[in-house]
Amino acid sequence: MNPVIYLDNNATTAVDPLVLEVMLPYLQTFYGNPSSMHSFGGQVGGALHQAREQVAALLGADPTEIVFTSGGTEGNTTAIYAALAAQPQKRHLITTQVEHASVLNVCKHLEKQGYRVTYLSVDEQGCLDLLELEAALTGDTALVSCMAANNETGVLFPIEAVGSLARSYGAVVHVDAVQAVGKIPLDLRRLPVDLLTLSGHKLHAPKGIGALYVRRGFRFRPLLLGGHQERGRRAGTENVPGIVALGKAAELAQAHLGEPRERLLRDRLEQGLLQRIPDTQVNGHPTQRLPNTTNLGFKFVEGEAILFWLNKYGICASSGSACTSGSLEPSHVLRAMGLPYTVLHGSIRFSLSRFTQPAEIERVLEVLPGIIAHLRAISPFRHEEEDWLQQQQRELAQR
Amino acid sequence: MWDYSEKVLDLFYHPKNQGAMDPSSEPGVRVVVGEVGSITCGDALRLYLKVDEASERILAASFQTFGCTSAIAASSALTELIIGLTLDEALRIDNRQIADYLGGLPPAKMHCSVMGQEALEAAIYTYRGLPLPDHGDDDSALVCSCFGVSEQKIRRLIRENHLTSVEEVTAYSKAGGGCGSCLAQIEDLLAAVLADASPSKTSKGEAKNQAEPSSSAPSSLSATATIPPLTTLEKIARIQAVLAEEVRPLLVADGGDVELYDLEGDRVWVRLKGSCADCPSQQNTLRLLIETRLQEQVWPTLTVHAL
Repeated sequence: MNPVIYLDNNATTAVDPLVLEVMLPYLQTFYGNPSSMHSFGGQVGGALHQAREQVAALLGADPTEIVFTSGGTEGNTTAIYAALAAQPQKRHLITTQVEHASVLNVCKHLEKQGYRVTYLSVDEQGCLDLLELEAALTGDTALVSCMAANNETGVLFPIEAVGSLARSYGAVVHVDAVQAVGKIPLDLRRLPVDLLTLSGHKLHAPKGIGALYVRRGFRFRPLLLGGHQERGRRAGTENVPGIVALGKAAELAQAHLGEPRERLLRDRLEQGLLQRIPDTQVNGHPTQRLPNTTNLGFKFVEGEAILFWLNKYGICASSGSACTSGSLEPSHVLRAMGLPYTVLHGSIRFSLSRFTQPAEIERVLEVLPGIIAHLRAISPFRHEEEDWLQQQQRELAQR
Repeated sequence: MWDYSEKVLDLFYHPKNQGAMDPSSEPGVRVVVGEVGSITCGDALRLYLKVDEASERILAASFQTFGCTSAIAASSALTELIIGLTLDEALRIDNRQIADYLGGLPPAKMHCSVMGQEALEAAIYTYRGLPLPDHGDDDSALVCSCFGVSEQKIRRLIRENHLTSVEEVTAYSKAGGGCGSCLAQIEDLLAAVLADASPSKTSKGEAKNQAEPSSSAPSSLSATATIPPLTTLEKIARIQAVLAEEVRPLLVADGGDVELYDLEGDRVWVRLKGSCADCPSQQNTLRLLIETRLQEQVWPTLTVHAL
């Protein structure tokens, strides 16, 4: 069996061993409830405080501005409803066509309840048009919700400009930063953002923990009602091991931020594949992108078939093709970019982490050309030279 | 990750009979192509058949497929199922046999087996010079415009695969899997086909589907469902219509022919002519080609006999 080469870090990440180490005592020994009036519960209060400081430091926020949640979906849902509650007379929201489902589906639900929603388009490189945003903003706009980085393409949105424009119309600014936090620097002291979502399992903490940044002074209304936890902003007994883990993960992410390693490996992978495989393109802006993500379109072949072949070599990636989504339509992000169907169905996303090894990238460069050649050879739409197909397949057979 | 059977993965990683087939230069042998799907839909299959013209036997089959794991495996399975069969035998292969050969498919992937069946039909109809059954523009209203799925195709899949939910219809046909605006229509179709199928075992729903709008069959169907038996004269008229419009074109294309000789109660006597008269698969022709059509479209208890 091949060792696993995990290049699907935008889906989820491995828990960092250092993170696991700090959280384990809170599963095994210090399992008290921080709300309890005995010292056994009180032991965990300090750990929560420290974690809050660690997360705040990564974002350039104050610890009191951090609300721990169960993850990205809860954070996004809470943020949107809180923004609407803050300005109840307003009935208009603005978001983009390429947001995560946890934003889009809340917006669709709100449309049914009588809200008006503008979904901003993106160009063929996945970028926003600020003029379109400005034209959509009115005094009735309660919220602009915009992701910091796209999960499928890694394309970065200009959240500083988006936030400034939105604020000039009196709208609340929410940023889904689930993919961006820990991968690019974010400084909330400087950014015009009211609410910001992050998720632990995208930055080497476990699943089931996340945080919502709520700017000091924001008229916040909680989604979950109950106990007084998180200063009344999120009821429910704290996920103490998860919170401790998220704190450590945030500290480690901050320590590694700015290292060029991931970007260099990503570029090596991307350039290597573009050189080795004809009829291949990068989906998304060439530079305005997360350093760990590349989304490539291999024309005339289907993504799920590529993934199953990669899996045979132990390589984990993901695809925006219809067959992999469980629905029958290819990725809404790539469709919003207006990519041709020859590219849509054959799109593969590789997303790296700080644990990615150079040898793993080399392995992908070794096997993927042969896989694409094999699938193009049996595709009725192939367009390459016969020689290239045959040579690549021969080489794959030797590996 | 999809839970594919060992067989699916084996045929995906090691497909049999892949690649294009050149036109035949051998005398008495023809190569035909059947195509379904498109790059927009996300899967497409081009099936090649090499057919011995004298025996109508499939000497070889190969495929080119653009699609996912199960689409490639289903294409390979199809070629293995049909090599060695006559065209009439091959026409009896349906999507369930392809799925069974693969050791089953995940429910959401059943449309891959349907694609195989459709490509096979397309190739055989092309061989016989007939218009394709499911792709006539006016034959049947388009239900799903995202994936181009007709009412006729949906009805047939519901009947043949005993589908009972809208989700299953989507899994088998893709219909409703895009914008979803036709989901209510699919629900209505499902209710209509299930209602048709329930009162008796005779496949009245089937007659409704396979009938060409140009024939008188749809009205005869509703007649069998609701009003007293046909008179002998009515039966004869409808049998003549089905033979003329559906059966004779198939036989004539292969140098044969058929005519109605007599009707005794439910016994239909026909005279097979030309190459059909001494064809070794005469019984198949009678039973599959003629009897089932007459049962579906004229009267469910008819039997067909050759003079």
